[in-house]
Amino acid sequence: MRRLPPEPPDDEVTPEAVWLRRRDFLRAAGAFAATTFAVGGTATLLGNRGLPHGVASAAPGGPPPPDGAGALRGRPEPPPQGPSADHPAVRAALRTDEPQTPWDDATGYNNYYEFGFGKDDPARRSGGFRVRPWTVVIDGECAKPRTVDLDTLLEWAPAEERVYRMRCVEAWSMVLPWLGMPLSAVLRRAEPTSRARWVAFTSVQRPEEMPGQRTDALDWPYVEGLRLDEAMHPLTLLAHGLYGRPLPTQNGAPLRLVVPWKYGFKGIKAIVRITFTAERPPTTWNRAAPHEYGFFANVNPAVDHPRWSQATERRIGDLLRRPTLPFNGYADAVAGLYTGMDLRKDF
Amino acid sequence: MPAFVAGGLAPVAELALRGALGGLGADPVAFVLHRLGLAALIFLVAGLACTPLRAWLGWTWPLRVRRALGLLAFGYAAAHVAVYAGVDQGLDARAIVKDVTERPFVTLGAAAFALLVPLAWTSTDGAVRRMGGRRWATLHRWVYPAAVLAALHFLLRVKRDVTEPAVYGGVLALLLLLRGARRPSRRASGAGDGPPTG
Repeated sequence: MRRLPPEPPDDEVTPEAVWLRRRDFLRAAGAFAATTFAVGGTATLLGNRGLPHGVASAAPGGPPPPDGAGALRGRPEPPPQGPSADHPAVRAALRTDEPQTPWDDATGYNNYYEFGFGKDDPARRSGGFRVRPWTVVIDGECAKPRTVDLDTLLEWAPAEERVYRMRCVEAWSMVLPWLGMPLSAVLRRAEPTSRARWVAFTSVQRPEEMPGQRTDALDWPYVEGLRLDEAMHPLTLLAHGLYGRPLPTQNGAPLRLVVPWKYGFKGIKAIVRITFTAERPPTTWNRAAPHEYGFFANVNPAVDHPRWSQATERRIGDLLRRPTLPFNGYADAVAGLYTGMDLRKDF
Repeated sequence: MPAFVAGGLAPVAELALRGALGGLGADPVAFVLHRLGLAALIFLVAGLACTPLRAWLGWTWPLRVRRALGLLAFGYAAAHVAVYAGVDQGLDARAIVKDVTERPFVTLGAAAFALLVPLAWTSTDGAVRRMGGRRWATLHRWVYPAAVLAALHFLLRVKRDVTEPAVYGGVLALLLLLRGARRPSRRASGAGDGPPTG
C-alpha cells in the first residue's frame, strides 16, 4: 500500500499555495486586530499562565455567574483560557510527524451520513454539493452576533497547517494535514458574554443535495457542541483545507470542526451556524444513542464503546492494531480541561 | 454444479480480485472481515431455504446442494473467525477473550460459530451412518439457532443503518416460519430434516 500521499499535480497545487499566501498577506491588518485582542485576553489571565489548564471558571459544574453578570447581556468577557497557544505541550501537539494518511484514503473513506452510510458514499455522492456562496451565522450569548460570508470569515485568521491524528469512534484512525484557523479566533470576534458556557454547531441542511438527509437515520441537521473552554483551546481547529488544498466536499467542505483529542464524530462538517449558549447543547449522536456516544466523546482507551473495545485502533494503512492513547495522544495539552471530572460517567 | 461452484467461490474470487487490484478500500481488514461474515450468513440462509423450497415449490435440486451450502457457510465463517482472531485482533488472546465475554455481538457470533463446528464435523455420509439418521438430524437442528445468532450478531454490529441485517433477518424469519407452517405435514410424509442426499 502506498504510504506517502500522491502529490497533487503541480499545476493545481502551486496556485493554491500562492493563493493562500496572498490571502495571508491581505488579511494581515485584520489579523493584527485579532491578535491584539487575544494577547490582551491572555494578559488578563496571567494568573493562569503558569498552569497549562486554568479553566476552572468554565467547568460544567462551576458556579453560575452572579445574576448581575447574567443580566449584562452583550457585555463581552474574556473567554476562558486553556493553555496558551505557545505552551510547550500545545506546540508539540500542533504537528505529529507520523506518516500521513494517503490522500486517496483520506478523501475516499469517510463517515458523513448526509451522503450515505458507506465509507465511499461521501466521495461518490457529494460531487453536486455547492460550497459557495456560503454564510455562517454566529449568534447566541455574544456581544457581536453576525452573519458572515465564509470568504470574509476565512480572512479573520491566517491559515495554519495542523497535522493531527484523527481517531474514529469505530476504532480506526488517520493522520491528516489540515489547513484551518483556531476556532478561538472566530469565537473571540463575536465577544461571548459571561453567560456563554457552551458552543453549539449546526451543519447545513440540504436534502436535495444530501441524499442521506432524505432518510431518518439521524435527526437532521447534524448538531454538535463543545464546552466553551474546549472550543477556545488552541488545538481546536476550524478547518477549511486538507493537504494544502481546499477541503474536499466529502471531508466537510467548506468549513468543519477538528477536535483532535475527541472521537471523529465531534468534528461537525459543513458548518452554517455557531451559537454561544448558557446550557449544554444537544449533539446528534448523543441524541441517537446516549449510552453509546457521550457529549464529551474524548478519546479514551479505558472506556469502551458498549459494543466494541476502544483500547486499540487500526491506523488506516496498517494491518495490525495499535494501542489507543488517552485523549488520542493529546493528554499533555488537554487533560487539564477535565480535572475533577469522572470521564467514565462523562464519556 | 459448475454454476454452483462458481457461486460458492464468488466471494473469495471477489476478495482476491479486489486484493490484486487494490480495491479493498482504506481498511482492507475490516472489508475482508465483513465480506467473509456476510458470505457465511448468506450461505447459511441459503442452506436453510432448501427444505422450504422443496416443500412449497416442489424443487428437489436445492436439497442436493444443501450439504455443500452448509459447508460453504462454515468455511466462510471459519475464515471470518480466522481473520478476526489472527489479523484484526493480532492473536491477542486476552483481547479476544474480553471481546467474546464482554461484547454481546461478539458473544453471539462466537456462539453461532461454535454451533456450526460439530455440524461441519459430522457432515460426511460416514458420520450420518455412525450416528444414525435420527441423532444426526437432531444434532443438525442446531443450524437454526446458529443462523439466528449469526443474524443477531450482524444486527447488533451496525452503527445506525439496520437495513441490511434486517433484510437477512427477515428472510431468515420467513424461512423459519415456513418451516413451522410445514412441520406437521412434513413429519407425516417422512421428508424434511433427514440426511443430505447430495
